[in-house]
Amino acid sequence: MIYREAGQFKTSYAADQQLFPIRQDRIGILILLAVVFLAIPGIASEYWFSAILIPFLIFSLAALGLNILTGYAGQLSLGSAAFMAVGAYAAYNFQLRIDGIPILISFGFAGLTAAGVGILFGLPSLWIKGFYLAVATLAAQFFIVWCLTKFPWFSNYSSSGVISAQKVVILGHEFASPREKYLLVLSIVAVMALAAKNMVRSSTGRAWMAVRDMDVAAAVIGIRLMPTKLLAFAVSSFYCGVAGALYAFCYLGSVEPDGFSLDMSFRILFMIIIGGVGSILGSFLGAAFILLLPIFLDITLPWAAGLLGLPFSNATVSHIQILLFGTLIMFFLIVEPHGLARLWQIGKEKLRLWPFPH
Amino acid sequence: MSKKIGDVILDLQNISLRFGGVKALTDISFDVREHEIRAIIGPNGAGKSSMLNVINGVYHPQEGVIVFRGQERKRMEPHHAATQGIARTFQNIALFKGMSVLDNIMTGRITRMKANFLEHALWLGRARREELEHRKKVEEIIDFLEIQHIRRTPVGRLPYGLQKRVELGRALAAEPSMLLLDEPMAGMNVEEKQDMCRFILDVNDQFGATIVLIEHDMGVVMDISDRVVVLDYGKKIGDGLPDEVKNNEDVITAYLGASH
Repeated sequence: MIYREAGQFKTSYAADQQLFPIRQDRIGILILLAVVFLAIPGIASEYWFSAILIPFLIFSLAALGLNILTGYAGQLSLGSAAFMAVGAYAAYNFQLRIDGIPILISFGFAGLTAAGVGILFGLPSLWIKGFYLAVATLAAQFFIVWCLTKFPWFSNYSSSGVISAQKVVILGHEFASPREKYLLVLSIVAVMALAAKNMVRSSTGRAWMAVRDMDVAAAVIGIRLMPTKLLAFAVSSFYCGVAGALYAFCYLGSVEPDGFSLDMSFRILFMIIIGGVGSILGSFLGAAFILLLPIFLDITLPWAAGLLGLPFSNATVSHIQILLFGTLIMFFLIVEPHGLARLWQIGKEKLRLWPFPH
Repeated sequence: MSKKIGDVILDLQNISLRFGGVKALTDISFDVREHEIRAIIGPNGAGKSSMLNVINGVYHPQEGVIVFRGQERKRMEPHHAATQGIARTFQNIALFKGMSVLDNIMTGRITRMKANFLEHALWLGRARREELEHRKKVEEIIDFLEIQHIRRTPVGRLPYGLQKRVELGRALAAEPSMLLLDEPMAGMNVEEKQDMCRFILDVNDQFGATIVLIEHDMGVVMDISDRVVVLDYGKKIGDGLPDEVKNNEDVITAYLGASH
């Protein structure tokens, strides 16, 4: 009864095409924005900012990037972490080598650099599809990490390629505390998520989905496959690149190439599988799930073991985490390939009718 | 129906298409006049679908010339055909399964939308205006095809007959001057066929689109088409008015076997 659109009539296509056509959704999103921008900065602890909220937002952004490529344009990629590495190292170098460049411009350029690299490694998608393309992006993953380790220029000749991100200063104000960094990351992620939503609900997104669902029909309608696929690679890598820059500048502070491993690419892929392939919301849900589950297990498993009087080591906890991840991913692939976002949508549809069954 | 059939707008001359050693089409010539309904018939494997694929650039014939609106071309890509006003539907429905009916038909207008991805991302004036303008056109098509009630449904969930209709809608969205229909009525029941016939005749009549149609239902073909071309084993065996074709010896042989 609460989530009802009865009585909300649309009298123009503009009203029907707005971002959140249902009033309850609009109210919901306003409350959400108020909570994340106003309430959380007031109440959350330093630990929450730097260990949970900031990585959550950054991984959401990376997952969003991968979702644009894999979920919307249908091109499987295993190189997300490498594109994040490109973003991190590019932002570092722009800051280092161009005097007085504003940090946000560096982040933007970092995204563009990643986009360029993404286009390069997206070229095979013009000839190969599916698993074979995934292998080609795997090449990107290994090549980029190798490149950043091999050529010391990228890390300004530091040992083993480690870079220490410069200070984040915007208009003379330094974003030093976790709270300030959280607000900065949140603003960037919010703007980019809105931009992504706008892209996927317009003809750019429809072209991507058309290529994903039936490429021959897409071509016959007049969609040029090559620019469409490469644009998906570029935009996706841009998002991953910015996420990588934020990862270095606002989360870890110092990063090394090996930190952006294949393992991380897979984690981002799992985020979109569990969260929802082809869904903006799903990128956030998946990132939250993958990042929060280990923390949740860290707290609850020893406690549960203590209750039962069982001996419990940290190794066991991490083994159980891996087991659970594997199981959950199989579960989602089989039972709900559209992930948590789809469950959310089904929930909303049920709520529209509740308490009536039909 | 008072229909003005115009000049030749599509002229196919000596088209031959091979896949390795398999000759799909051998030396086929025929033309299509403006505003007419031109049927292509023939037994299974006669090369009918290949013929459509040649017309809209999916296949590239090894020999022959295609003249469309006075422009001669040997080789072109599907999206060129689309921008020149050729739209088509497929024998096995080729809708975008994950998208709603509305989005599928909106996609059909993509060649007419000019805003780029940055404008979309920022939802600037032109991007927003285009979405609204084209939405209006798409709603007209939705009204025309009587599918208002399913506009938000993902096409994957629709029954077969409706999917065929949505696919016609997607092709119409491009406001094509030539519409290629590959078995639009295959697998339909009588009512659905009647509806589809009505839509095809209306499209031809109201929008003035030239229609090239592949169909197996001879009743339908003889009823609605202006001229018929008959293919068998990749060769043209008949061409003319429906009545002429019906009485053509070769055609009867191809369909019924040699006379006893």
